[in-house]
Amino acid sequence: MSEAARNLLSGHAFLAGFPPEAIALVAEQAEPATFRPGVLLFREGSPADVTYFITKGSVSIEVHAPNRGPMVVETLRAGQVVGLSWAAPPFRYQFDARAVDEVEVVCVDTARLRVALAENPLLGFLLLDRLAAVILERLQATRIRLLDIYGKSDAR
Amino acid sequence: MLAEATAGSWAVGPLVPMPYVVVGRREEAADVVTLSLEPTQGALPAFRHGQFNMVTSFGRGEVAVSMSSAPGAPGPVEHSIRRVGPVTAALCDAPVGSLVGIRGPFGTSWGIDEVEDGADVVVMAGGIGLAPLRGTVRDLVARQTAGRGRVFVLAGARSPDQILFHDDLMAWEQAGAHVGISVDVAAPGWTGLVGVVTALLPAAPFEAPGSLALLCGPEIMMRFGGRALVDRGVDAGRVRVSLERNMQCGIGLCGHCQLGPLLVCRDGPIVRYGGLADALFMERNR
Amino acid sequence: MHAGDDAVIDLDGLDRLIALLVARGYRTIGPVARDGAIVHGEVAGADDLPAGWHDIQAPGRYRLEQAGDPELFGWAVGPASWKSEFFQPTETVWRATMSDGVLSLRVPPGPDRPVAIVGARPCELAALDVLDRVLAGGEVPDDRYRARRAGTLIVAVECGKPSSTCFCTSMDTGPDARAGYDLALTELLVGAHRFYAMVGSEAGAELLEELHWTAATEDDRRARQDVVDGARAGMGRSLETEGLAALLGRNLEHPRWDEVAERCLSCGNCTLVCPTCFCADVKDVSEVDGTIERRRSWASCFDVDHSYLHGGPIRPTTSSRYRQWLTHKVSTWWDQFDTSGCVGCGRCIAWCPVGIDITEEAAAIRATDGALTQEDVQ
Repeated sequence: MSEAARNLLSGHAFLAGFPPEAIALVAEQAEPATFRPGVLLFREGSPADVTYFITKGSVSIEVHAPNRGPMVVETLRAGQVVGLSWAAPPFRYQFDARAVDEVEVVCVDTARLRVALAENPLLGFLLLDRLAAVILERLQATRIRLLDIYGKSDAR
Repeated sequence: MLAEATAGSWAVGPLVPMPYVVVGRREEAADVVTLSLEPTQGALPAFRHGQFNMVTSFGRGEVAVSMSSAPGAPGPVEHSIRRVGPVTAALCDAPVGSLVGIRGPFGTSWGIDEVEDGADVVVMAGGIGLAPLRGTVRDLVARQTAGRGRVFVLAGARSPDQILFHDDLMAWEQAGAHVGISVDVAAPGWTGLVGVVTALLPAAPFEAPGSLALLCGPEIMMRFGGRALVDRGVDAGRVRVSLERNMQCGIGLCGHCQLGPLLVCRDGPIVRYGGLADALFMERNR
Repeated sequence: MHAGDDAVIDLDGLDRLIALLVARGYRTIGPVARDGAIVHGEVAGADDLPAGWHDIQAPGRYRLEQAGDPELFGWAVGPASWKSEFFQPTETVWRATMSDGVLSLRVPPGPDRPVAIVGARPCELAALDVLDRVLAGGEVPDDRYRARRAGTLIVAVECGKPSSTCFCTSMDTGPDARAGYDLALTELLVGAHRFYAMVGSEAGAELLEELHWTAATEDDRRARQDVVDGARAGMGRSLETEGLAALLGRNLEHPRWDEVAERCLSCGNCTLVCPTCFCADVKDVSEVDGTIERRRSWASCFDVDHSYLHGGPIRPTTSSRYRQWLTHKVSTWWDQFDTSGCVGCGRCIAWCPVGIDITEEAAAIRATDGALTQEDVQ
């Protein structure tokens, strides 16, 4: 753990309202890192062994298709977390994540995090409770986007 | 220019299409037209499940289209063609009595003739991907009726008006096959499922170990679908996908359809997922 | 005389050999100096051959210089390869016409004369063998290619002066002629100007017997070996082929692809001069009078539309297209045709406008095997 990681996580919106002991537990498995624009944080299909708390910059979540190239399905910014597939089987990233600009993150080792969650039920509850809220919000937003409400009224 | 009337004298050669006449046409959903074709100068060899022909619209060009009828089924061979460019548009507009050119059959097959008795077969189709599987599913339903193994059909489409072969899907369900249909986006009046096609998997009670899975549709669908099937317990080597690339000669001579070690027209389009397509899907060309 | 025998002919013998081929009705093609390069043209005798011409080749560079000496084959290879004789740059494969509402289809006839090649290099013999596998060895062979190849008579000429871009020894295709020829000549300049001749087939034996030939002495055979050994030692560069196919296969995300793409113009010159590239467009063309022609013409994987699928090309970037070309040529060609696609002729190196050298690119990747692209996290 580094002091830098703990400070960054203390101010991160995803962990807002968490008791200091809980933040310290997360920080024990964490290290800050930076990504230059265009670099991939992770690739679809690879093991979800890191989750990233964004502290600066933007990250695009992408799917690549053979004759369309990478398609951005969502953009996440400082205060958000990218790489949630560690939370459930098959524990593999389902999309690519790419740094849009200069990105600063705190990387958290998810294998060690899962151990910490199992050993610390309160942290486990707080984190998964917050995770559920974030996932619900993204799911609800995605459903609205699927409706293509900006399309022509006779689109269907 | 669409060739009308009968074919005259005709030469043969590897790039020469045989003249077939349109004896029937049916407008399907989603900009798709099914043409029924009969030979006028001699028939081509029998085809196997999943193979394709190179179909010529005389004066416009040639495209690769899978057969949507079953091999050996009585009656004319059928091709379901989606309107995506000038050649397919001309084929979709071909009136009964006009001539089209056919070369084939080419490519690898779904291989359902070799599946063991008792094994479940899962078919996952997205959009137009149901067309190359249609004849195959007909035969798999017959196999189920004969007590030789179950078939599970999972069909996804963009929206209800884009569901292909709806009558066939209902008939297969009537015959006892498990049929799941879902759309990405609903329309008013749609009471069916809304979601990605892989979400149909949990409700399909196939025995994953020992199953054979056949996938055809957009590459992203086959990528996610293949992974989901393997996660469910299907042997990755028994998951088969149908690849699509630019095809011009159809016989491994022109090089356009290359994908890694494969010439898709010759070594595909149907290839195994585990140990081959799973890696090829991940190649980036950004 | 039989296949496997050897002999010696003089300059007059070579001249008579060419005249004999012409007299027998072959379309006789050989190397000629024209427009500043050694290209292929119809030849009627030894006078048509490029005496005194020598090539200087380097990445992105080709110069022909006249030294005034009698050497006929003192150069390596020019931009043209024999591929265009059998796999034509553009060809009508069928023609359909409409008359009184009835459609008829005809296939244009094949060539009226067989082809005789004088001066094919050993690397070019290997290239024709590769093309035979690709175009005539599959389940559905190209019948027009096969018809043109049948009946072709080949007089090969071994290399004495490889250029700095040659690497046939790495690809095990030369500088000596191994197979695929009817006669193979080696130009001997020490002592009398003469040609050591190896008989490769009954057709070659029969031709030789029409000429005035003398028995090859041990001196002749030694002189020939000296030429071949000298060429082998003077090879311009090398390509390490050990594990090359697997090396490239596991380095598809190597940063070198992006690096070479910054230099590559995606012009396709390399595919045009390569003696084994076979990509072709198959397109139907219709005329106002209702005639339809299906034409097959040379295409290049460097063309952005080469991989077009409704929606867009599969390989939109120069990086992905260069990677496709090189990995196909020396790696996946093995999967598809059980041979390498490269014969080490070096044409792609000389004729690349920016001088990209595939031996250098492969070596760079080998030196940093496993390097991750800029995109990936370390």
